[in-house]
Amino acid sequence: MVDRRDLVACEDVVMFVNAAVTSTGQREFRDDAIAQRLSVEFLHEYILGNYRELYAASLALDINDFNAALIVRNLLVSSRDLTPEVRRREGELIARRLELMAPQRVWRLFRELARRGVNNRRTRAIMRDWTAQRRDPVLDAVKYRTGVKATMRHAHLEVPAETGTFLFSSPRKVSAFGTPLFETWRQAHYAQRALYDLPYSVAEGLASMHGIKRATFLEKIAPQLTRLERLRLQDAAERAGVAAVRADLTGMPLTRLASYVLSLSQAERAARHDELRHAMTVSARRVAGPAAGSWGRVVAVLDDSFSSFGSTAKRQRPLAVALACRFLLKALAGEFTGLWTSGTHDPLLVRPSGPTPLGERLIDALELAPDRLIVVSDGWDNSPPGLAAEVLRVWRERLDPTGATAVVHLNPVYDAEGFDVKRLSASVPTVGVRDAEDVPALVELARFAEGRAGFAELRRYLADRQDRFRSRRAAA
Amino acid sequence: MNGGFAATGLIARPAQVWGAVRLVPLVREAPLVGLRLDRRVHEVGDPSIVDVGDGTYYRSFIPHAFVASWDPDGDRTAAFGTQLQERPVTPRNARMRMPPRRATRRMARGLGGNRLRFLPMHLALEGYLALHFGGPAIVWEEWTDRAVREGLSPRVEEAYCGYAVRGLADALKVFEIHRGQCGVALYVADTLASVFVVPHPSDYRALHATLLEDLYGEVLFHYANYVEAVPDFVVGIEAERVSSLADLRRAAAGQAGAWERFHHLMLSGLTGEGSYTSESVYRLGPFELSRFLPSFRLDEENHIGERITHQDGRLAYCKTFRLSAAQIRRGHLLTTLHAHGWALDAAATALNTTPSALARRIRESGFEGLLRQHVVERLEREGRRR
Repeated sequence: MVDRRDLVACEDVVMFVNAAVTSTGQREFRDDAIAQRLSVEFLHEYILGNYRELYAASLALDINDFNAALIVRNLLVSSRDLTPEVRRREGELIARRLELMAPQRVWRLFRELARRGVNNRRTRAIMRDWTAQRRDPVLDAVKYRTGVKATMRHAHLEVPAETGTFLFSSPRKVSAFGTPLFETWRQAHYAQRALYDLPYSVAEGLASMHGIKRATFLEKIAPQLTRLERLRLQDAAERAGVAAVRADLTGMPLTRLASYVLSLSQAERAARHDELRHAMTVSARRVAGPAAGSWGRVVAVLDDSFSSFGSTAKRQRPLAVALACRFLLKALAGEFTGLWTSGTHDPLLVRPSGPTPLGERLIDALELAPDRLIVVSDGWDNSPPGLAAEVLRVWRERLDPTGATAVVHLNPVYDAEGFDVKRLSASVPTVGVRDAEDVPALVELARFAEGRAGFAELRRYLADRQDRFRSRRAAA
Repeated sequence: MNGGFAATGLIARPAQVWGAVRLVPLVREAPLVGLRLDRRVHEVGDPSIVDVGDGTYYRSFIPHAFVASWDPDGDRTAAFGTQLQERPVTPRNARMRMPPRRATRRMARGLGGNRLRFLPMHLALEGYLALHFGGPAIVWEEWTDRAVREGLSPRVEEAYCGYAVRGLADALKVFEIHRGQCGVALYVADTLASVFVVPHPSDYRALHATLLEDLYGEVLFHYANYVEAVPDFVVGIEAERVSSLADLRRAAAGQAGAWERFHHLMLSGLTGEGSYTSESVYRLGPFELSRFLPSFRLDEENHIGERITHQDGRLAYCKTFRLSAAQIRRGHLLTTLHAHGWALDAAATALNTTPSALARRIRESGFEGLLRQHVVERLEREGRRR
C-alpha cells in the first residue's frame, strides 16, 4: 500500500526533475521568457522548502546547467539549520556538479552569488576549491576576466601577484607582464598580430576595436577556436569565404549537430545530404556506445509540427531534439522505424510546419508491434485534440494490457503553467528531455513518472545515482 | 456569401482552440489562379486620413493597404508556383511605422496595369459609415437645418484593434497553418468575429499576422475578457468496442470525422439567405471587388464585409467585421427611417412606437441635434399637418 503522502512526494520530485531537465528560462513556443522564469523559480523554491534532501540529490541527475546553477545558488544561500553531515553531502554534490558544468556558467553563478551577497563559509570554500582545481588559471583569468575578478574579490581568494595586477589594474598602467598570455593580452590592445594568440571570445572584441575585417579575423583565429565555437561559426565562415574554419562534423555533440543541420537551407541540406547523414550517424553511434543495437525493435513517433519551431530564443530546439533522437534511437535499436507527424520520409529535410496529428501516427506505429515505442513531442496533440491520449488509453486497456510494448513520451518543452512537461496520457510515462544524449538515462527514469514505483524506490534510485555520481569523482 | 459556403471553393478544416479563441482554417484544394494579394505597409500615422473621393474624408487607424494584382485572362495564368511575380510592394517582414500624417487617396485605387490598392476592412466599414449619410431626403419640418444641410456628418464608430483582444495574439502565434490554407474563420467565445480569405496559400502565410492589426467589434473585446476558454472537441473512444488495431484505427478515423463536423454549423450568421446586400466597387478582370451590408436584423449576428469574387462564384478574397449591438441598432434605425422617406411619424408607426420615443432613440443612438424637439412633440400631439 503506497502512502498518499509518499505518492504526492513522488509526483512532486518527478515533476521537478522533468522541469530541471527541460526548462531554460527562455521563451518557448507557447510561453514567454518571464512566465517560464517565474514558473521555474517558484518550483525551485517549493521543492527546496519541502524536500531539501531530494532537491540537492537532483544535482546527480542529468539536469541542465541552467537549473544546476539555480539549485547550487539556492542551496548555498541558506545552510544554517543543517547538520554537518548533510552539509558535507551537499557540498560534495555541489563540488562534483560544478566540475561538470561549463566554466563560463560557473563563473556566472559565482558572480550571481556575489551580487546577492551570499558570503558564508561554505560558499567561500566552494569557490576556493573549484578555482584551485582549474587547470589553467592564467587562461581563465584572460577568458573570464570579469567572473574571475568578481569571485576573487568576493571570496577574498589568494591570487598570484601578477594575476592580481592583471585583474585589478588597467592594461595601460602596466608596462609589461612576465606571464606570456597576460603580455599577449596587453600587446593585443596595441598590436593586431598579438591578438591571434588569444582565445576567440577575447580576441573578437579586440578585433572589432582594431577594425579588422571579419574574413581576415576568422582566417587567422581559426587555430584558437574551441570545438563548439567552430560549429557555431560554420555559416559565418561560409559567408565570409573562409575555409580554415571548416569543422569535422563527426566530432560534434549530437543535439548541437542536429541544430546545425536544421539551420541550413533545404537546398544545402539536399546537396550535402551524405556528409550530414554520415556525421549524424557517427555522432549518434558514439553516444550509444556499447548499448548500440541492444534495444530490439524500436519505433519512434517524431513531432515536426509548427510548434516544434520553439521560439526565436531557442530556434527549432524541439525539432533538433527530435532529429537527434531519431539518429540515436536508430543506433540503439536493432530494427528501427521513425515516423514524422507530417509524413516526411527523409529526416534530414524536416521542417517545422503544419498541425500535429499525433493520434494517427501512433496507430501507424502500434501496427508495427515494436518492443519500444518512443514519442518525441511537445505534447500538444491538436489534430484532433486529445486523440493520441485516447488511442494510448484504449490500446493499453484492450490490446496490450500486459505491457508488451514499452511506451515512453519524451517532451523537450517545459510548460510554465503546469510546472511540468505536458503529458500525453495518464497511461504513458512522460519525461523531459533537453539533449538527446541523455535519452538512455531518461528512459530509466520513466518508470517513476508512471506512478507505479513508490517513493521509497525513488529515494533508493536517487541515493544510488548520488553514490555513482560521487564515486565517479573519486575515480577521476 | 449568398449562395452558401460550398460554392466558394473553400473547405473548412478542423478548428484549433486557444483559450477563448477558435480558429477554423479554410483550405482550397487548388489555389485560385489569376489573382494575388500583397501587403503595403502604410507609413501613415495613427489615425490617418483617407480622401474617399466625393468630398468626404475618412479618418481611421489604418495599418496597411492590400494590393491585388490580377491577370486579365485568368485562364492562361501559368501553373501555380511558376508565376513570375513582381517584387513584393513591401518586404514581407516590414513593420508598421508612425511617420507624419498624409492623406491616402481613395479607398480603392487602381495602380496602373493590373493592380489595385485598397484598404482592407475599411472598404466595408466606410460602406457602413456612409449608410444614409446624406441625412433626410425630404425636408420634413422635424429635421433641423443642420441635419438637412450636413447629414449625419461627422459620423463616428469605434472598433478594437486585434492587439487589444485578449488572447488573440497568442492564438495566432501558436496556430499551426495547414497545407493549402487560404483563409481562416475566427471565433471569439464562439461568436464569429471575422472571416478572412485570400486567393493563394503563400499569400495567407504572409498575411496571417495581419489579423492582429485588424479591427474587431466591441462585443468580441468584452467576450474575450469574460470568457476564459471555449469548449473544445473531446475525443472519446469506447474501449469495449475495440478488439484489434483495425478497430482502433476505424474508431480514430470516426473521431476525426466527428471533429471535422464539430464546428460546421457556426458560419450560419454570415450565410443567411437574402439578408445581405452587396455593392460593387471595382472590377478586376474576371474578378469583382464588392462590399456587403447586412439588413440589420436586431438581436442577431450582423456582419459587414468586403470580398473579391470570380465570375464563377469562387471567393478569392473576403474580410468581415462583426457589428456590435449598438451598431446594429444604429443601422436598423437609419434603414427604417430611410425606408419611410425620413418621415418620423411613419417610421415611428413602423417601429410600434411614438414619434417622441423614436426621437429619444435616435438621440441615444448617438445622433445629436438632428431633430427639432418642439416639432416632434407637436407631431405626437396633433399628427402630421396636411
